Amino acid sequence: MNNENLYNYILSIADNSLILAQRLGELCGHGPTLETDIAGTNISLDLIGQTRSYYQYAAKIQGEGKTEDDIAFLRLERDYKNVLLVEQPNTHFGYVMGRQYLFDVFHLMLMNELLKSKDDTLAAIAKKGIKEVSYHKRFSGDWVKRLGDGTEESNQKMQEAIDDLWTYTDELFDLTEADKAMIAEGVGVDTSKFKEQYYTEVSDLLKEANLEVPERKYFTRGGKKGTHSEYMGYILSDLQYMQRTYPNMEW
Amino acid sequence: MRGDLEGCLAQIIMTETKPANIAPHLIPILEQVSDPEIPVLTVLDLGVIREAIEEDGVIKVKLTPTYSGCPAMDVIGDDLRAAFVKEGKEVEVELVLSPAWSTDWISEAGLQKMETYGIARPLSESADKDVLLGNAKKVKCTNCGSTNTHLVSQFGSTACKALFKCDDCQEPFDYFKCLK
Ligand SMILES: [Zn+2]
Repeated sequence: MNNENLYNYILSIADNSLILAQRLGELCGHGPTLETDIAGTNISLDLIGQTRSYYQYAAKIQGEGKTEDDIAFLRLERDYKNVLLVEQPNTHFGYVMGRQYLFDVFHLMLMNELLKSKDDTLAAIAKKGIKEVSYHKRFSGDWVKRLGDGTEESNQKMQEAIDDLWTYTDELFDLTEADKAMIAEGVGVDTSKFKEQYYTEVSDLLKEANLEVPERKYFTRGGKKGTHSEYMGYILSDLQYMQRTYPNMEW
Repeated sequence: MRGDLEGCLAQIIMTETKPANIAPHLIPILEQVSDPEIPVLTVLDLGVIREAIEEDGVIKVKLTPTYSGCPAMDVIGDDLRAAFVKEGKEVEVELVLSPAWSTDWISEAGLQKMETYGIARPLSESADKDVLLGNAKKVKCTNCGSTNTHLVSQFGSTACKALFKCDDCQEPFDYFKCLK
């Protein structure tokens, strides 16, 4: 491959969007209200759209004649580079919105930096997606506030979700070899630069939502290196089912 | 008829930051292709054609998506190919992401058709933010024209729309979200 680091870097961004989109897609027809159901699938669709652009580009970089579908459906679990946060289950609506919000804040900061990438295609994908992501954050942030500052029960459930999901936030800022190589070339984003800003923004919203900011010294990580949680296999068995059962099928 | 076409082209150029490069003789064919989700709008009304030229007998079209995941784009691409093939033309359709599409690129004729169809036109960026946060009543009901309306859902039946309801005539309607 001409540029393995670039290929891996693109996948590390795209896989987050794909797996989160898959999680949101599971909610289709199961949202707590019609409006939230539609919102979940709309956000999922935006993320899949972004993923497609990234994968099409990755397939071109790879230069082996593979397609976006090969990359999405035919890799093994260890080859997915998404963070653990996005694969966490839809335990209840508080988890769905908590996971979304914790990811959206990061995602928007990433896109804002990716706009300045020396790689024109990545900058264009970011430019296209940034408006969508800011809309996602507005939605998820509103819900975290509404649930946190709602009834005693909604507050307790939202707090429970934030406490559980918090352990996966630090991994967002891990830098792999591909990250470092791409940062050095002015293509990739140095996420460590906005880590502090991330925790400040999230903490401010949690306080506003009448929620406690978790204090934690140890964090769970591994997804970026391909070591996923037990949920990942189940996600992939759903996601890849059609291609594994009917290889090369097309819609 | 010819005057109409030129007027249409001028409008496309005026509403875009970087003008779309569309050969006038291709306009009648492009006008046959509509957005499958808002069928009253042609691809020209929507402003998604960035370029349409004829080079050595081959038509080259550059198409830009409204939203990243808009499923209508694949259909529009197929419909464009079909429309040109029907005219006996060879055609290549390419999807371009940059510059990113904006609701400013929808033509005035398109906005009017959209309103008649029952979708309120996008407001300015700041007004859009106000109405989608539920802070202001500015979206005009497509049924009775009242601005006494409220947001029902930030996300609507497609990626580009939000759902509103009129507090005067009680009708629900779509609002085309501002995208810049
Ligand atoms: Zn009305």
